[in-house]
Amino acid sequence: MRVSVTKRSLIPLAAAIMATAVAGCGSQISDPAAANSTTSGASSCVDTSGSSVKVGFINSLSGTMAISENTVFDSLSLAAEEINASGGVMGKQLQVISEDGASEPTKFAERAGKLIQQDCTAAVFGGWTSSSRKAMLPVFEANDALLFYPVQYEGLEASKNIFYTGATTNQQIIPALDYLAEQGTKSIFLVGSDYVFPRTANKIIQAYAAAHGMEVLGEEYAPLGSTEFSTIVNKVRDSKADAVFNTLNGDSNVAFFRQYKSVGLTAESMPVVSVSIAEEEVPGVGLENVEGQLTAWDYYQTIDTPANKKFVAAFKTKFGAERVTSDPMEAAYTSLYLWKAMVEKAGSFDVDKVQAAADGVTFDAPEGTVTVSGENNHITKTPRIGKINSEGLIETVWSSPQAVEPDPFLASYEWAKELAK
Amino acid sequence: MSTFLQSRWAAPAGLAAGALLLLVSAPAALSVFNLALLGKFICFAIVAVGIGLAWGRGGMLTMGQGVFFGLGAYIMAMHLKLADASLFGGSGVPDFMSLYGSGEVPGWWEPFRSPVVTLAAVVLAPALVALLLGLAVFKRRVKGAYFAILSQALAAAFAVFLMGQQATTGGSNGLSGFRSFFGFDLKDPANKLMLYSVAAVVLLLALAATRQLMHSRFGELLVAVRDQEERVRFLGYDPATIKTLTYVIAAVMAGIAGALFVPIVGIISPADVGVIPSIAFLIGVAIGGRATLLGPVLGALGVAVAQTSLASTFPSFWVYFQGLLFVLVIGFMPGGLASLPQLVSRLKRRRIERGGKGSATAPATHAPEPAHPAPATAANVPEEASR
Repeated sequence: MRVSVTKRSLIPLAAAIMATAVAGCGSQISDPAAANSTTSGASSCVDTSGSSVKVGFINSLSGTMAISENTVFDSLSLAAEEINASGGVMGKQLQVISEDGASEPTKFAERAGKLIQQDCTAAVFGGWTSSSRKAMLPVFEANDALLFYPVQYEGLEASKNIFYTGATTNQQIIPALDYLAEQGTKSIFLVGSDYVFPRTANKIIQAYAAAHGMEVLGEEYAPLGSTEFSTIVNKVRDSKADAVFNTLNGDSNVAFFRQYKSVGLTAESMPVVSVSIAEEEVPGVGLENVEGQLTAWDYYQTIDTPANKKFVAAFKTKFGAERVTSDPMEAAYTSLYLWKAMVEKAGSFDVDKVQAAADGVTFDAPEGTVTVSGENNHITKTPRIGKINSEGLIETVWSSPQAVEPDPFLASYEWAKELAK
Repeated sequence: MSTFLQSRWAAPAGLAAGALLLLVSAPAALSVFNLALLGKFICFAIVAVGIGLAWGRGGMLTMGQGVFFGLGAYIMAMHLKLADASLFGGSGVPDFMSLYGSGEVPGWWEPFRSPVVTLAAVVLAPALVALLLGLAVFKRRVKGAYFAILSQALAAAFAVFLMGQQATTGGSNGLSGFRSFFGFDLKDPANKLMLYSVAAVVLLLALAATRQLMHSRFGELLVAVRDQEERVRFLGYDPATIKTLTYVIAAVMAGIAGALFVPIVGIISPADVGVIPSIAFLIGVAIGGRATLLGPVLGALGVAVAQTSLASTFPSFWVYFQGLLFVLVIGFMPGGLASLPQLVSRLKRRRIERGGKGSATAPATHAPEPAHPAPATAANVPEEASR
């Protein structure tokens, strides 16, 4: 009996609650054009009145990406420490607030929101995977805040709220293909992990190959984290390609290179060009498996410039002599200095003033002098092909004669017209 | 006090108190960011209500609620992407499709242009999947660990499937960057408050409905099936039907939660629907007390709040802490924190029986536990996972 009485009394109450909730609605989008043009309802809460200014670092400190992203966090910390020791940015000490992206896109989006709205940071640095960047992009655009993204990626993107300090495709993949063509490579085999970066990279490689008379003998994908490569490696061997273009990520490389070696393929008989193996990954993959293989990046620890010597020495002093420096770490280190230069040029921490001042800002980075392009918020970089040496470091075997202008949509390449429509 | 709690006004009063707390106090006290965070936790809590029903009351260890959560979420996300594309782009093709796909909207996306179809599918798609799975599994009398493994495998397969479809589901990037919600501007704080309120109301409605269900004849049967399935069958009921129906209800709750999660959080990706999030849903329920009405909700909210505040300070520590908490609760407090009052009073009673101290106040404070509206108390939670 009691049950039925309660049932009757609950329903109108629930209905009343529902009505109150829906009563408080906000603006509707009646005119899309107007909605498009408004920057955002959120006003900046960045406090620059004191002797310090807050910046946010967002890296995966837990989860599968932690092993890579911790290194970026370390080099960001080094840059912040150096900047603070030399007087800060416009006389203000940097106060770093660090958040963990936990290797999950949703977490990155949520934590980025916290760094912007709750902590009121002047700029945020970090992210690694394309999915983490794609997840954060709408957050930074909606709040009109700044993200500095330090990792090479698949291009086809330019947000006014993101500064891309890693290589885009024409600063890594296309130079690598140019190098292979120069070496007389007539046929290649594509191996990659199944996610957005390898898929997009291979689309570009297919277009390049078609336009340059190079033959693509196969395109194979393995799920992220997959360690079963005997089928793929056999296909690679049977194809008798001149070279392999490898866009595998993470642990898959260990299994791939081990299998590759076990079927008798070597760096001499069929070289592999990898775009996701840097100094940091070599011990993990196993030096004996990858020695002599090629890599394509814009920075190696062995680069002989005064700026790099200083960077490597400072990093080893702070984190230990056994640590190595890699391309994403260098790009992250550079990104903090670039932001400092932008702020000082703008004379303000305001996002729109920093954006306006960004074009042409330069920094004498470990990889060489880099310049920000205001057109697409990417930076000039010097592509380098490297060979993994017996110490597990990477020696430059070919380097672009000058820094390459960023072209994320490959607009200057006739053969790429179809890609970026 | 205890007579009031048992009175016919207890449930409406509880609902009103919950409404006051969630709809008046929380928006007044929290910042826009924290309110959205609470909205996200509430979505998890809605899933938890369903798990509490299926696992706590029905004995079905559903380790794959991520599938239903994901179905609701992706259906909503597809609609929002399509709506945004025609509202802002004009072309009607979501941005990522022209970047990574053919630049054409696949046929199976088209129905979700319609808001009505979307809202219906948010409820019906999880219901249908749960119905088919439930019939296939429970009719064959598959239960216990086998059911748990099966449901978990489904979650793993679902996440792998989504990741492989870069051009049509966004792959591991998922779907994100929503700008409008049925015509409402998602940037407007007033609309954020509205979304939060809708989630809070859905949670309260889910709780009210679950309470009614627990108190009904069906609820009694469900507990009976959990504890003595064979006996229920001999009494002439079909346990498979009862279990399937409960599983469907839990799935629908997860689906609706997923659909609310998308506009509140702004992204859905395979990482939110696979095995790990599916297990994470369970942890809060177990800690809170799975057989009670409020235990799963409070557990889910508590774990989410603890994770958010602890994980920023100690990123790698949290996972171990969560695992430890889970082990401790399952090992020493199978009824979850909801059984704490009973445990404490049982311990005290035992001490009193042994002629312990503090007996002066004993009679008053140790009156039979009135706080649990549920007829089955946490003490009779079965060890269903091992059956």
